[in-house]
Amino acid sequence: MTDFDAKRAQAEANRRRYEELRAAGQGTKAPAAPALTPISSSPIPEDAIIAREDVPGGWYASLTLRRGEVVRVTDISGASSAAMIGWRSDDASERLNAGDTVKIQWSARLRKGRVLLTDMGRVFLSIVGDTSGAHDALAGGSTPASTLAAFGQPSLRNTRENFVAAAAKIGLERRDIPPCVSWFAPVSVDDAGQFAWDASCKKAGDFVDLRAEMDARLVFSNCPHPFDPAPAFAPGPISLVRYRAPAAGSEDICRTFSAEVTRAFAFTDRLYV
Amino acid sequence: MTATLSPSTASFDALNAIYDHRIPAERPWSGLIRKGQTVRVIDSEGQQAVDALLYRADDPTERYSSQDTIRAQRSPYVGLGTRLLSSEGRVMACVTADSCGRHDTSAGCCSCESNAVRFGEATKYQHACRENFVLELSKHGLTKRDIVSNLNFFMNVPIDPSGNFTVVDGISEPGGYIDITAEMDILLVISNCPQINNPCNGFNPTPIRVLAWDAPAM
Repeated sequence: MTDFDAKRAQAEANRRRYEELRAAGQGTKAPAAPALTPISSSPIPEDAIIAREDVPGGWYASLTLRRGEVVRVTDISGASSAAMIGWRSDDASERLNAGDTVKIQWSARLRKGRVLLTDMGRVFLSIVGDTSGAHDALAGGSTPASTLAAFGQPSLRNTRENFVAAAAKIGLERRDIPPCVSWFAPVSVDDAGQFAWDASCKKAGDFVDLRAEMDARLVFSNCPHPFDPAPAFAPGPISLVRYRAPAAGSEDICRTFSAEVTRAFAFTDRLYV
Repeated sequence: MTATLSPSTASFDALNAIYDHRIPAERPWSGLIRKGQTVRVIDSEGQQAVDALLYRADDPTERYSSQDTIRAQRSPYVGLGTRLLSSEGRVMACVTADSCGRHDTSAGCCSCESNAVRFGEATKYQHACRENFVLELSKHGLTKRDIVSNLNFFMNVPIDPSGNFTVVDGISEPGGYIDITAEMDILLVISNCPQINNPCNGFNPTPIRVLAWDAPAM
């Protein structure tokens, strides 16, 4: 076999593998997403709660989670979105990577059963609870310019400035700020390739439960998503409840969702053996 | 009569380019692009993804922001007319010509670590765009921390209404190109993508070419 033939055979084998992975990751062969979490039936046991904080509209909060702990993020009024970034506590050069998160899972739709990944091929957070299923991993948070354009006032708070301020308070700077994801932000891409916002997917009391798969520092910004068409700047409070959760078992919906994610968990676990 | 060519209508000719460089398959490149200058990235053999990052030349903590760019145009795809925005909301450059029609900026770059997750641990030991970026950025005092979601010229990543997100076969023809006209002095950093595990390079990485021109005389 010549070098050219060998290279072509390898390319054909790689294409076959890619198509098999794609079939397993999307479409009819893809695993069904687990049912969303009912809002009313999932209280957190009081003795599991470590800390809680309500973040007023327009503001931000930082949070440290140890591996295995969970934060419940709740949109109390149904009028908020929570933009989020974060870093690995032991090495802030490892951080949330929105691109790898959507690419590795073959989907831009974050919802229960999915995970968020860092840039190092490891799992950052698992979405273990989710009443909404409507979040944004693509379009990012508000900025001074987007906020001025939306509301006509120059001094309103925005996610970009919240992230810079929050990062500064844990010794980080603007070069440390990665692209974000936004909870309770029903963004999709329509057939014409334009972003769309489906307000019918938002409701008061929506929450996500995010389980840390490594020791992590998170920042949440409670500002209107740039695609939220609400005419007034009136985000309600967001609550952050940090709590202890049982260790993930072998049947854990996130750890077993796909071959890719199973590998990412294996690489993550190696940090802690 | 005074010419009134704008960069978008000027007919750039390789013969009067101020810069003409071939980037081998799988290799990085970087260069300083002055305000008003236009860079053309040519997909010499077709179906070759080109990963690109932009930094403000005099303060690289201001850099390209994929999310600002796609939010402002309300579409996730980069093409003719796209204004490439910085993390501070300023226009760094504009796409002033495009033979391809669609480029990605949401999928990020490939890395040894993400390849291992996507395609199996054996692929961890293959060259990747992030290796290129780290090496090229190190020449400018920048590190892995400075890598953000990049532009993926000639990479075709459709996103459907249900959220399906797929790297599919590239649609750029041999000789296809995209022109970027700088709106501020920028450091342009490129990785000629080495990926062989998905269709972004037709499973066969190939060379590309970078040309640059000064702003046409007014």
